[in-house]
Amino acid sequence: MLGRTANGLYWMFRYIERAENIARLVDAGLRVSLTRAGSSDEDWHGVLESAGVREAYSQVHAELTAADAIDYLLRDQANPSSVMSCIEFGRNNARMVRTALTRETWEATNECWIDLKARLSRKLKQTDLPELIDVIKHRCGLIRGAFHGSMLRNDLYNFSRIGTFIERADNTSRILDVKYYVLLPAISQVGSKLDNYQWESILRSVSAHRSYGWVYDGEYQSANIADFLILKVQMPRSLAYCYEKIVSNLGYLGETYGEQVKAHETAAAIHSTLKRGSISDIMDHGLHEFLEDFVSRNNQLSAEITEGYRFYQ
Amino acid sequence: MLTAENLPRPPYKTYHEWYASQDAAHLIRKTQDAENIFRKTGITFAVYGHADSSEKLIPFDIIPRIISAREWRKLAQGIEQRVLALNAFLDDIYHKQEIIKAGRIPRALIERNVTFLPEMIGFKPPGGVYTHIVGTDIVRTGEDQFYVLEDNARTPSGVSYMLENRETMMQMFPELFTMNKVQRVEDYPRLLRQSLASLAPPGCKGRPRVAVLTPGIFNSAYYEHSFLADQMGVELVEGGDLRVIDGRVKMRTTRGYEAIDVLYRRVDDDYLDPMTFRADSALGIPGIMDVYRAGNITIANAPGTGICDDKAIYSYMPEIVEFYTGRKALLENVPTWRCSEPDSLRYVLEHIEELVIKEVHGSGGYGMLVGPTASKKERIEFAEKLAAKPANYIAQPTLALSTVPIFVNKGIAPRHVDLRPYVLVSDKVKIIPGGLTRVALKQGSLVVNSSQGGGTKDTWVLED
Repeated sequence: MLGRTANGLYWMFRYIERAENIARLVDAGLRVSLTRAGSSDEDWHGVLESAGVREAYSQVHAELTAADAIDYLLRDQANPSSVMSCIEFGRNNARMVRTALTRETWEATNECWIDLKARLSRKLKQTDLPELIDVIKHRCGLIRGAFHGSMLRNDLYNFSRIGTFIERADNTSRILDVKYYVLLPAISQVGSKLDNYQWESILRSVSAHRSYGWVYDGEYQSANIADFLILKVQMPRSLAYCYEKIVSNLGYLGETYGEQVKAHETAAAIHSTLKRGSISDIMDHGLHEFLEDFVSRNNQLSAEITEGYRFYQ
Repeated sequence: MLTAENLPRPPYKTYHEWYASQDAAHLIRKTQDAENIFRKTGITFAVYGHADSSEKLIPFDIIPRIISAREWRKLAQGIEQRVLALNAFLDDIYHKQEIIKAGRIPRALIERNVTFLPEMIGFKPPGGVYTHIVGTDIVRTGEDQFYVLEDNARTPSGVSYMLENRETMMQMFPELFTMNKVQRVEDYPRLLRQSLASLAPPGCKGRPRVAVLTPGIFNSAYYEHSFLADQMGVELVEGGDLRVIDGRVKMRTTRGYEAIDVLYRRVDDDYLDPMTFRADSALGIPGIMDVYRAGNITIANAPGTGICDDKAIYSYMPEIVEFYTGRKALLENVPTWRCSEPDSLRYVLEHIEELVIKEVHGSGGYGMLVGPTASKKERIEFAEKLAAKPANYIAQPTLALSTVPIFVNKGIAPRHVDLRPYVLVSDKVKIIPGGLTRVALKQGSLVVNSSQGGGTKDTWVLED
C-alpha cells in the first residue's frame, strides 16, 4: 500500500468526520438560540471557538451575527473547516485513493459531495437549516455505512479508522475545553438554569443528550458530563472510546507489518491515561490543563503516524 | 441503421424490432438514468481552460452502434497489420533507419520531429515492443469501407468509456444482451495486465509488479487512470510516490520502498524524467530513463512512440505499412495533403472551404479548421496561419461519413461517428472486439472530440 494512499484515506475520513461534527455544533448552537430566552448572537462565539475558527471568522466578518456564523461554518469555502470545504477535501482525497475504496464507499462519498454542493451553493435560509443539517448527518452516515459494510478489514481499513478517531478525539476535547469552566464545581451552581443550558449544549454538540440520560439517570452534573465525554468507553464520541479504537487499529497495523513505530508507544500511553484515570483526579489537576495536554498529544500522535507510515516521504 | 430502402441493415435487425416495441417516454427516462449512473460513479473528464467546469460528463447515447462479425474481421486484420507496421517502424527509426536510407521518408521529418527522442536511439525495449496499447481511429464511409483517421500510439485514452458504456447498457437493457450475441469487451483490464506483465524486464523474478502512473486528480483523464488501476488490481502512482533507488524505480509504501517492474504511464514523454526531458516537470521521476535504458523497468508505451501520432508521419502510413509488411495496406488512409509541399499548399489554400486542416502535432480537436462549416473570417485567419508555417499543417477532404442513429427527444436522428478500437501488443496482437464510438452530437457536425461537445455510445461487435 502506498504511503500516499494511507495519507489519502486518513484525511478523507478526518474530513468526513469533521464535516459531521461541524454540523452537530451548528445544530447545538441553533437549539440553544431557540430555547433560551434572551439568547444573543454572542452565543455563536462558543460555537466558533469549538470549531476552532473563532479568529479566522473575525478576519472575514467585523461583527458576530448568527446568520454570518452559520454561513461561515456551513458553506464558506474560505473557511477550511466549513462543512463544504471538508466535503470537498474529503472527496478530493477519496478521488485520489479511489482504487483503495469499494465502489459503494466511493459512490456514497461522491453523491454526498454532489448533493451538498448543490444545497450549499446558495445562501441559506433559516427555515432550511434543520433539513440541511439532517442531510449532512445523513450523507456522512451513508459514507460510514457503505465503508463498514463493504471494505476489507486490512491496512486500508485501519488507516481510515485511525483518521476518524484522531479527528473525533480532537473535536470532543475542543468542545469540552471551550466550555470547561462551566463544568468546574467551584464555579457552577449545581442545578442552576444557566448551567443546564450550557451542559445540554455540550451534550448536544456530541449528540449525547439522550444517551447521557440513560447512563446517569437524567441528572445533569458537571463531573458526570466530563466523565461521560472523557472516560466513558461506552460513549462513542468519548476520548476513551476513540483511543480504544486507535490503539486496536494501530495494533493490527503493527501485527500485519511486523513492525512497531513510535506512534504505538504514544497511543498506548494516552490510552492508559484514559483507562486508569478518574474524573475527580482530572478535575483536581485541572480540567483545562488536562484537555490542553490531550489535544497536543493527539496532534503529536497524528504526526508520528504520518511519519512512521511514510505518508509524505 | 437503415439501408437506402429504409430497411434495417442486417446487424441492426434484432435491435430495430426491439426498438420499435419501446415506448418513447420510457427511453427518455433511460437516457436520464444513464446520466445519473455516470454522474454518481464519477465518470467525468476535465476540460482545460473552463473555470467552472472542472468536471464534466460525456453525453451518452443509448442506441448501440452495431457491427457485424464479418465486417469486424476485415477491420481487425487491417488494424493488426497497421499496428505491427508501427512497431517495426519505431524499431527501425531508432536503430538502422532503413526506411530513410531507402528514401521512402524524408530524414528531416523523423530527426527534426519534436516527438522523435534521440535518447531512444540504439535502445530496444523489453520484448521489442514499443506500442503496448494502441487506439486506431477509424471512420466508415460505407459497407466494408473503412479509413484510418489517425493512429494513437502514445497514450490512447477512452478505454474506460468503452467499458463503462457497456456496463451501463447491460444494467439498463439486460434483455438486449439475451436477444443479441454481443462479443465481450469486459476482459480488457485483465488482458491489459497480462500483456503488460508479459513484457516485464528479463531480469524480473517472480510475479512482475505493475503500476499505473497518473499526473494526478486534476488531469482530464484521471478517472480512467484510477479505473484501469482498480480493474487491473495494481497501484495507481504519481511521480511523487516514485524514486530511483539502487538502479530500480521504487514506490513509497507504508512499509518502505518497493520496486516496480512495469510502469503503464499516462504521463507524456516530456514530463517523464526531469533529468532527461523537461527539467520543470513535477510529474515525473528523476532518473527513470537511466533505469529504463539499463533494462530494469518496462515503460508502456515506450518513450518516443509519439512520433506515430504525428499527422505528417500519418500521411506516409501507406508507404510505412508496405515497407515493413511487404503488402499493401489493408486499411486506407484518408487522402492527405502535406502543406509542406508547395503544390499541395497551393491546392489547400485554393480549396480551403472543402477541407479539414489539422496541426501535425495537434490532438483533441484543437487547432483545426473544418472548412465546410467554418465562417469566412475563420477561414481567412486560418489561411494566414497556414501560409506562415505550412509544414505545421496537413489537410484532408471531408469524407462522406456514414451515420448512425442516436436517440433524441423526437426519436431517432442520424449523426456522424468515428470508432476507436483498442489494441494490445505483446508477443501477439489482441484487438478488443468493440471500442469507443464517438458521436458528433450537433447535427451535421464532423467533430467527435469530447472536448468539443462530442458524445459516446456502446459499440457492439456481434458474434457470427
